[in-house]
Amino acid sequence: MSQAGTAADIEARNAKETAVAFERAAVRMGGRTIWSDLSLSVARGEFVAILGPNGAGKSTLIKAVLGLLPLADGRASVLGRPPGEANDRIGYLPQRRNFDAGTRIRGVDIVKLGLDGARWGIPIPGLPSRARDAARVAEVIELVDATVYARKPIGELSGGEQQRLLIAQALVRRPELLVLDEPLDSLDLPNQAAVAALVRRICREENVAVLLVAHDINPILSYLDRVVYIAGGTAVEGSPEQVISSETLSRLYGAPIEVLRASDGRLVVVGQPEAPFVHGGRHSHD
Amino acid sequence: MFAHEFMRNALLAGSFVGLACGLVGYFVVLRAQVFAGDALSHVAFTGALAAAVFGLDIRTGLFAATILGGIALGVLGDRARADDVVIGSLFAWTLGLGVLFLSIFTTRSSAGNGTAGVRVLFGSIFGLSSVDVRVSVALAVAASILLLAIARPLLFASLDAAVAAAQGVPVRALGIGFLAIVGLVAAQASQAVGALLLLGLLAAPAGAAQRITGNPLRGLLLSAGFSVGSVWIGLTLSYAFPTLPPSSMIIASAVGIYVLAVAATAARDPRATWHRLTSRGHSPAAAGHVHDHS
Repeated sequence: MSQAGTAADIEARNAKETAVAFERAAVRMGGRTIWSDLSLSVARGEFVAILGPNGAGKSTLIKAVLGLLPLADGRASVLGRPPGEANDRIGYLPQRRNFDAGTRIRGVDIVKLGLDGARWGIPIPGLPSRARDAARVAEVIELVDATVYARKPIGELSGGEQQRLLIAQALVRRPELLVLDEPLDSLDLPNQAAVAALVRRICREENVAVLLVAHDINPILSYLDRVVYIAGGTAVEGSPEQVISSETLSRLYGAPIEVLRASDGRLVVVGQPEAPFVHGGRHSHD
Repeated sequence: MFAHEFMRNALLAGSFVGLACGLVGYFVVLRAQVFAGDALSHVAFTGALAAAVFGLDIRTGLFAATILGGIALGVLGDRARADDVVIGSLFAWTLGLGVLFLSIFTTRSSAGNGTAGVRVLFGSIFGLSSVDVRVSVALAVAASILLLAIARPLLFASLDAAVAAAQGVPVRALGIGFLAIVGLVAAQASQAVGALLLLGLLAAPAGAAQRITGNPLRGLLLSAGFSVGSVWIGLTLSYAFPTLPPSSMIIASAVGIYVLAVAATAARDPRATWHRLTSRGHSPAAAGHVHDHS
């Protein structure tokens, strides 16, 4: 990799298409290496899932993308800038619980906070910017098919409906990169597939790069462009077929893993060690 | 009833105190910090009596104690949401301290001062001087303006702290600042309705407003309106029937408005009410449990 003066120019040109680029990156927390040698590239309009067992460092990767954690090694750029410097162009949906059933604020107001929530004061009725904001909020709610229930209190909505509105909130400022941390976590299987289909459609229609952390690949498999699989202290990136294979995962875990394809196309990973074992294994080698 | 100066004073001061209580109360209820409001009422009691024991101005003691108490709650409470155990222990101790100060004060001073404890606990809105009124109005206006200035980012931080923080909202500082404003308003309200009852004026109008509308701006204004209305109704009742104390009538009005709001919304949408009453705690996803995979 050349470090010449033109590197910045190339980077700027690539930045238009490359939303996230990590090169041999490593993150250390409290003297412990969470992962190292992680390379990742996500282009505009691409839907990439981050997979891996619990505790492997999926959320850590999200934090690194947002610039909340410094890299201990390697290089990273997010929307053509060092991580953390372009966060106003990122739509971020953190890993979260559902809203409490007693939360009596309308969905449409939750979405609107994504647009103006960081501004001081209260919204002043009658300003021209208010009508423009309201139009954008209505548009993005339509995009996620939430118009029917957007005016109900958010606490009364189902997990899937809440998740759609939160995705709308993350999208309302027209981000170039959408970062979704376990958005399917609390949803039933049909809703997981529906939200994944929605994310894929937005990704294509709005030309947004999407990074989505998921537990289970199966509900989202048919919508993905690529996956990043984090395990054993490092990561592999590639197409789902390349990465979710017996060879790749066995190499990653350093243990025999078998990937089976069920008759309905679902992938079943057999012999996947639990997270504590993975960490234990890494520690003895450090 | 406007012919009496004490009544005019009470209405003027009460209106502005009600306004501040309604605005602040909206966020107290939204952030589920009613318990923190309760704790600050204990602090109000102790602060005022401590000032009396040490020969200082009671009002100074009251405001200093509640504002500092609010800041302390914000700082001690984990992640800008005051923790139940912290509040429970610290403020039971504070109330005990208040009882100690009350005992020292009443045994040491002449008979006339024996009512100080009662005044702090139950308020003295009919006993305000015109200077008291001016101070009350000025502080209530200041608290209201401060709250409106932080209202939108505070709403964001209350509903969605992680996203708000990612967008640059100073979530923790807002939480501490908000509790300081609650402290200021609690001191105000304890002069009007007393330390024991101020919680009702913080919680009931805001609870009613949140029942009626899910629009935060409308809810905020409605909460302020209900609170001011409770003060007016309460003072009018107390004037009409002199045996009824004003503080208890104000709180009764506020609670009455809340009950009416619950009944009205239940009548408007019985199925949603039934769903709300029965769904709470049934769904494991609603329990506010956050899994951390880092």
